[in-house]
Amino acid sequence: MSGDQSFRLSKHGLVDRSRPFRFSFDGVEHDGYAGDTLASALLANGIHLVGRSFKYHRPRGILTSGSEDPNALVELRTGARREPNTKATTIELYDGLEAKSQNRFPSLRLDLMAVNGFLSPVFSAGFYYKTFMWPAAFWEKLYEPMIRRAAGLGSAAMEGDPDTYDKANAFCDVLVVGSGAAGLMAALAAARSGARVVLADESFTLGGRLLAENRSIDGKSSAEWAKTAVAELSALPNVRLLSRTTVFGAYDGGTFGAVERVSDHMIQPAAGQPRQRLWRIVAKQVVVAQGATERPIVFGNNDRPGVMLASAARTYINRYGVAPGRTAVVFTSNDDGASTINDLASAGITVAALVDTRSALPEAIEARAEALGARIFEGGVVSDALGRSRVTGARIIDASGAVHTISCDLIVVSGGFSPNMQMTTHLGGRSQWRDDIAGFVPGTLPKNMSAAGAANGSFSLASCLADGARAGSSAASGAGFDAKPIAVPSSDDEPSSVAAFWHVDRAKHKAFVDFQNDVTAADVALAEREGYRSVEHLKRYTTLGMATDQGRTSGVNGLAILAKLTGKSIPETGITTARPPYTPVSLGALAGEHRGKHFKPFRLTPSHNWAKAQGAVFVEAGLWLRSLYFPKPFENDPLTSIIREVNGVRNGVGFCDVSTLGKVEVHGTDAGKFLDRVYINMMSTLPVGKARYGAMLREDGIMMDDGTAARFAEDRYFVTTTTVNAIKVVQHLELCKQWHWPDLDVQIVPSTDQWAQYSVAGPRARELISRIVDKPFDVSNEAFPYMAVAELTALGGLKARLYRLSFSGELAYEIAVPARHGELLARTLMEKGADLGVTPYGTEALGVMRIEKGHVGGPEINGTTTAGDVGLGKMASKKKDFIGRTLSERSGLADPNRPRIVGFRPVDRAARLRAGAHFVNRDAEPTAANDQGYLTSVAYSPSNGHWVGLGFLANAESRMGEIVRAYDPVRGGDTLVEVVSPVFVDSEGARLRV
Amino acid sequence: MRIRCPHCGERALDEFTYLGDASITRPDPASPDAASEFYTYAYERRNIAGPTQELWYHQAGCHSWLVVTRDTRTHEISDVKLAEDVASKRIKTTAGAA
Repeated sequence: MSGDQSFRLSKHGLVDRSRPFRFSFDGVEHDGYAGDTLASALLANGIHLVGRSFKYHRPRGILTSGSEDPNALVELRTGARREPNTKATTIELYDGLEAKSQNRFPSLRLDLMAVNGFLSPVFSAGFYYKTFMWPAAFWEKLYEPMIRRAAGLGSAAMEGDPDTYDKANAFCDVLVVGSGAAGLMAALAAARSGARVVLADESFTLGGRLLAENRSIDGKSSAEWAKTAVAELSALPNVRLLSRTTVFGAYDGGTFGAVERVSDHMIQPAAGQPRQRLWRIVAKQVVVAQGATERPIVFGNNDRPGVMLASAARTYINRYGVAPGRTAVVFTSNDDGASTINDLASAGITVAALVDTRSALPEAIEARAEALGARIFEGGVVSDALGRSRVTGARIIDASGAVHTISCDLIVVSGGFSPNMQMTTHLGGRSQWRDDIAGFVPGTLPKNMSAAGAANGSFSLASCLADGARAGSSAASGAGFDAKPIAVPSSDDEPSSVAAFWHVDRAKHKAFVDFQNDVTAADVALAEREGYRSVEHLKRYTTLGMATDQGRTSGVNGLAILAKLTGKSIPETGITTARPPYTPVSLGALAGEHRGKHFKPFRLTPSHNWAKAQGAVFVEAGLWLRSLYFPKPFENDPLTSIIREVNGVRNGVGFCDVSTLGKVEVHGTDAGKFLDRVYINMMSTLPVGKARYGAMLREDGIMMDDGTAARFAEDRYFVTTTTVNAIKVVQHLELCKQWHWPDLDVQIVPSTDQWAQYSVAGPRARELISRIVDKPFDVSNEAFPYMAVAELTALGGLKARLYRLSFSGELAYEIAVPARHGELLARTLMEKGADLGVTPYGTEALGVMRIEKGHVGGPEINGTTTAGDVGLGKMASKKKDFIGRTLSERSGLADPNRPRIVGFRPVDRAARLRAGAHFVNRDAEPTAANDQGYLTSVAYSPSNGHWVGLGFLANAESRMGEIVRAYDPVRGGDTLVEVVSPVFVDSEGARLRV
Repeated sequence: MRIRCPHCGERALDEFTYLGDASITRPDPASPDAASEFYTYAYERRNIAGPTQELWYHQAGCHSWLVVTRDTRTHEISDVKLAEDVASKRIKTTAGAA
């Protein structure tokens, strides 16, 4: 091994030699340059062995130079920023980069798990389904943990991600994906017409393969030409260039997902910058110019470090200035691969042999190979790579069948190209097979999408330039611009003939199809023998193509081998469906800012800051954070505080912030008629200045919500909903208004956020409220009786609304002021109520008092219960239609034997009740068949001195006084309870009306 | 997916809430067959491969209910109307027929 960049070429490459970077791999320091990837920097230092494979722990190297690499997965960075399974071939080198190899124990060179390779009969296709089947108990305890430890990739950081992730939206006329010859031409053609263009490329430098090939365009090197084109585009105001950005998916309506790696090329993000940014790009037209992926050929030990794709070898030489070896054997089926001998020679690499599966090479290439002194094997194959952790030679079988062994440290391989047309199939587009290029190309394309260049099956440079120009102009025209054809630059021409060739069946060793999931040609054959003959079955049975590389180097080879075995053609065999994402996207990027508290932000009540200062304990309720209770400094037990709050209300006066209840203004001459149709009871008969309790059903007859309606004028109602259903009820009311009865004169305006509303309850509530409302408003029982409502002023001229409503069962008011004055109202209630011993109370005390009073809440209106079930059956008007009426009359829902709401108290008054317990008759077995109903709400009742509960019980009315079992096996509860009235406090309702 | 709201313009999918089939309307509760008609209305749905009419609600926008014509095979949206307009027309037609 060498640490001094001894494989760095002196003249080649686009790396910046004036900016040397130091990095470490498995703890050893090396040098590289700005413009390197981790892979190119490792190769510059002679390092090919970078990882171990998934199943067999075979030594693996660098196969490709792009995002399709199946092998070169490493753990990048350390500590909380450690990221597993990153591709060395796409990681942009930076000073101080730290990377580690994965899936090896104890070290990369000496991996004890490599013994799996000798156990390979056990790990063949479908091994999950066949092996370790018996005894069953061993699976969870032994087999699965063992397999999970042996197999697998890197490990994630166990600490929270310290970095941030951003989300952004972009809108454009033409989105161009890929910045190679076709992409740049498409962007130029579209941009020159005036269209807003976004050009995205996954690499850190725009130019695609123009940077990787030694070609000329308009008399310049292809890399120079790319630089000029990018300069023109970046000067245009209507163009946005996104490098380091992978467009990973096409979605409906011209929407595309892309991830920009803003800071992955730095030790840590700059201040204020995210690590990655998720883009949602909306484009009128899109040009897919993502190039093509070269296919390996399946031969023996074709996964050894030192076996490299031809296009990758050229990239390392031409873009990164790195020699991937000293002596090469080139094994190809096509002109593009064979011509790699030129690049190898230019880098001073000895071409020991050119092996081409075709019986005759093009003359020019043959002559060049001869001049280089390479041995030429036309119609030959490399059957096996020799060597273990690095290639030491190639075993070649010539056209006559004779075997030759040639020493080398690099086997350059090319089986032709597969167009990267994944994005054209994300929306259901179909691909089609082209025999002439031995590859699938886009067939039917989604609307407003086109493919260009190699992604479209045009492989020569000249055709890529022309195809890109065409696609760019036509996309701009499609987006409504007057796009003129643009001049296509001249380029040198190259032969690009391909012969279909997939698999050397005379290989002596394991021949890999899917490197990342360790699927061999033998596994494909086994799957076929066992009946898995469709590509989709093959994929699932062998896991071919199911790794993080999505089978980009393996898919076509796998199905070609299957096609040969089944005697079908490749188009008949078909290809598996590509789905987003094109390359893996981190969950952090998808989550963006929506994590921690931002995942579900709280809404704060008007009294929140005041309550916080009082030491309130808060609870999430729907979208809100509400005060649960207000502990005094000496109260260590929540129940103590809650009992004090309940007693404070029942014996004096208390107040509670109820602003979270949904509030809706319902105005219009037909408002009463409208409300009659959405509530089960009559609202049109409600006198002005009064409120009425109401219930709403869903159309299927089940309870939707409950609340109150108040009438401030003939045509002006104000209705409230429960906290959690506020949004749903407005949506429902709008549906009724807009869709069911558009002929009614009614307007609906939600006003939950506009009002701060407090319940002021207790025998001394009137005294307190009289100090809050402005004179001369009369709050006496005669002037403002139970269920009265009024608009008035309070706190010295503030607009206010007063309702005489009670949830607690005590004399109570609800008073509302504009939300911004909510805190002032809370402070004033405290101040003016000080001599009355005013008690602020939270949702716990509120809940206890409603259970004591037998009012139903969320646990009872739970999406399965009818109005009858919750005791509101008599409220339903028989004189009118309303939403849910017809279906609520169905026999099952109207059955008198349905479990109904009723109260419960423990026979042993010291016993505790638990919501969720099911009822069975006293002497019955606790089985599902004997189920009589269940407890929904329980509370310790300070007013009664024992636990009380509400629940649903079959035939409840006729069972008053009966004793049943409340059975709760999950929490070990089995309590005898007595069936009683659900009203545990003031059953006559006298206190409400004083 | 993007929906062109007649009030707010073309907006992203996350602003909208889906309800269901817009080709059915609430039956007449006075009909002698009301029970079975409401049953059908509440539960029975066709599963169409092709253009469908759907009710969507612009929750994070103008609170309009929309009748969206969407092809379930391609998710292509060919038409968006205000539900209120569609419903008013329906009522006029029904009234005219009667």
